[in-house]
Amino acid sequence: MISNPYLIHPATIIEKRQETSNIVSFRLQLTDPDVRQQFCFQAGQFNMLYAFGVGEVAISIVSDPDEPEYLDHTIRIVGRTTQVMGHMNIGDSLGIRGAFGKGWPMEEAKEKDVLVITGGLGCAPVVGAIEYMFRRREQYGRIKILHGVKAPHDLLYRERFDAWRNHPNTEVYLTSDEPGKTWHYHVGVVTELFDQIDLDPGRTLVMMCGPEIMMRVSMSVLTHRGLGPDQMYASLERHMECGIGLCGHCQLGPFFLCKDGPVMRYDHVIPFLGKGGM
Amino acid sequence: MHPSSPQFSGRLARDDFSHLLIALKQAGYQILGPVVRDGAITWGEIAKVDDLPIGWHDHQQPGQYRLEQKGTQRFFDVVHGPESLKRETFVLREPLLTIERRNKSFSVQPVLPQSTPTAMLGVRACDLAALTIQDRIFLHDQFSDPYYKTRRESLFLIAVNCTRALETCFCASMDTGPKAKSGFDLVLTEDDEDFILEAGSPAGDEIFQKLPLAPVSDARLKQDNNRIEACAASQTRKIDASRLPEILYEAYDHSRWDEVANRCLACTNCTMVCPTCFCHAVEEQPELTQQKSEHTRVWDSCFTPDHGYIHGKNFRPTIKDRYRMWLTHKLGTWVDQFGMSGCVGCGRCITWCPVGIDLTEEIHILCNQPDRAKNK
Repeated sequence: MISNPYLIHPATIIEKRQETSNIVSFRLQLTDPDVRQQFCFQAGQFNMLYAFGVGEVAISIVSDPDEPEYLDHTIRIVGRTTQVMGHMNIGDSLGIRGAFGKGWPMEEAKEKDVLVITGGLGCAPVVGAIEYMFRRREQYGRIKILHGVKAPHDLLYRERFDAWRNHPNTEVYLTSDEPGKTWHYHVGVVTELFDQIDLDPGRTLVMMCGPEIMMRVSMSVLTHRGLGPDQMYASLERHMECGIGLCGHCQLGPFFLCKDGPVMRYDHVIPFLGKGGM
Repeated sequence: MHPSSPQFSGRLARDDFSHLLIALKQAGYQILGPVVRDGAITWGEIAKVDDLPIGWHDHQQPGQYRLEQKGTQRFFDVVHGPESLKRETFVLREPLLTIERRNKSFSVQPVLPQSTPTAMLGVRACDLAALTIQDRIFLHDQFSDPYYKTRRESLFLIAVNCTRALETCFCASMDTGPKAKSGFDLVLTEDDEDFILEAGSPAGDEIFQKLPLAPVSDARLKQDNNRIEACAASQTRKIDASRLPEILYEAYDHSRWDEVANRCLACTNCTMVCPTCFCHAVEEQPELTQQKSEHTRVWDSCFTPDHGYIHGKNFRPTIKDRYRMWLTHKLGTWVDQFGMSGCVGCGRCITWCPVGIDLTEEIHILCNQPDRAKNK
């Protein structure tokens, strides 16, 4: 399907789930069996999703790379295109181009402790990586998952977090900026959770996705805890339109985040993060 | 044998120039060349010799473009207009797909362009260099763009060595001209009475063999080379690339960006006339019936407010951010991305900037003038 990277492939919505008032998850299946069979992806990659007559948006793939016949995407309804998508239902069709970009360093993470830090909808691009590790639990060391939301009702995938908690050698920490009656976890920003975890800096790899400010502060705190910038990976977001490093919008310094990212090693992007106007 | 030895060169008398047009037409090419339209040079159909801009000169300065009729017999004394080869390969509007509704789904058809063999007559060395850069981006990256590829492969390129530099030219300092070194099918050097032709490809040689050419003396070749070298020497603008791209990264906080942002209108002209700028957007144009939709690629520019915009956040909200992005990309990060600079020294961005911003001046100041703001 890569001979014409602009070609859009229809896919049927086979499941829909309203996660919050403005976040919806779709399970998609590519309509053409040949395309479906050839389609493969890595955890952390994204697809360009297309709504007929409206346009495309870049959305990370949440589902399991081992089952590429199903493609799960979680979408926040924020703009013209996602608004149309939010109104679609089971049986309707979206278009898919992909999978694009570089995913999480699953090989490099082997034998290591993995610290996952996410904020808000930033948990979506890491879900595939977490599930990947749990299916190969013995290949990875301790897994610690830190996830922050603005308010309790923003928590997605609650049952996933609960399930992950039950895996051996795994810790899950949740926090919300705002308190709530049913919120039994920490209240505060995600970096406050760092005090609760012990880290072995020599054998830890960090996977991060969320607001850039959260990631920058996290990386700075972790640097003080003895982690090197080459041990930290972040999934970054910019205006992605073509997915193949051609349209120019997603540049961050010398990188096209759609092609060289979205997952970037921290030391490669340090000079460009936190600077206004990039 | 040396490629510039007489066996590979031929002299075409001015009165015989129509033979070149005839040979190209017989070989099946449509011919596009420089034509005068609305007070500027643009690419237009060359059906006969008289369609060429005979006797015209162009004068280009920051923010200024003027044509002047000199009354000479010369065909190629106008160096260039706002359009480069880009409009033939990476076109302004390229329909990519048509998408038709099918019940609850849709079907997708790629719309590959018609391949029309086209001879581009009068291509300058800077524009050949720019084409090499766009080839690197569209053909030799992770994917090969089938739309660009189809258009690119239909081109037959007839270069003209420049013997006259504009005030805005700086190809010599970018090592891209004024002599066309490679990438052409035919190249010609014009003099008062005649043209010296060389073939640069098998396709070019086929045309070359059909022309009524006379032998060329070594002395004449040397004389032509001297004229081209004099053209290079006459260029007053230049970019010292020795400290690029690093110097641009270091200059991120330079106060000069504020000064240039005060003048820049973010009109996007520089990116439209640039022969290497490749940013594009994809537009979706559904028919009113909502049964059919066209998915079209159109030129975009890093100077537009939308370029760095993503759901509620603009990563490059100010003109300063956008000018810095453009210049840093063109002469800096481009090298990291593609192994070559994004600037060929054609000077179009200087000429067609409505306020005359000159990137050679900006680079010079960023590289050589200490930042006044920092030293306060």
